Amino acid sequence: MSDTTQKAQRPLSPHLQVYRLPLTALMSISHRATGAALVLGTILVAAFLIAAAGGEAQYNFVMSIAMHPLGKIVLFFWSAALYYHMCNGIRHMIWDTGCMLRKDTAMRSNYVVLVSAATLTVLTWAAACISG
Amino acid sequence: MGGHHCKKKNDAFITPLKKAKGLGSAHHGVGHWMAQKITAIVNVPLILWLVFSIVKLQGASYGEFTGWMAQPLNAILMICLVVSVLYHATLGAQVITEDYIHCKAFKMVKLVGQKVFFTALGIACVFSVLKIAFTAGM
Repeated sequence: MSDTTQKAQRPLSPHLQVYRLPLTALMSISHRATGAALVLGTILVAAFLIAAAGGEAQYNFVMSIAMHPLGKIVLFFWSAALYYHMCNGIRHMIWDTGCMLRKDTAMRSNYVVLVSAATLTVLTWAAACISG
Repeated sequence: MGGHHCKKKNDAFITPLKKAKGLGSAHHGVGHWMAQKITAIVNVPLILWLVFSIVKLQGASYGEFTGWMAQPLNAILMICLVVSVLYHATLGAQVITEDYIHCKAFKMVKLVGQKVFFTALGIACVFSVLKIAFTAGM
């Protein structure tokens, strides 16, 4: 009997369903999520290359998909995921050296990663609009 | 920032054989981790080049595209990119499968299937790049 009461009084470890993840944790799982999404993006790039090797008709077909508004939306998310995964990956490599691992510096670098990824995405699409 | 703490090694519990093998508690060393990091570093300039090229080539005609690919530097960079990115993706997908798939049989099949798929995709991409580059303007 006393055993059960003791168990009930123990602090519970944070559970995913009730624990509000801090930004650092959200960005950690986002790194994996964007990585998985980028596998699909890579398959699309590969599909483009393979189609282009098939000849002019296949090339025109995949290029028309890429230039279609829906294709551009996919390209936009691909570029955003790419820049996020790249900026956060660079932070991971800095972390591997043992630097910036303190809670406050890790927290501040969250914003550096997010702002850098957003800036690169905006710059890329600005360049695409100007040259296109 | 606390860097000197990392240099202090605790060798007390490591047998000479363990030290000679140098594989650590995971039994396969740091090969996977190292390959993930090296491909990550290589991917950064190659991906920036790819995005730059896509922006430049948006809406390009077949002739413009194949002419671009026929330039040796572009074909070589594209092959480097395909190999490095797909290797990086293979390693990443492997970790995700290892973490989330708990049925042993399915895990094995998925791990092998992923590797075969990425390898085949890489070979198809390399062939495609070479074919476009060698037959451009013909």
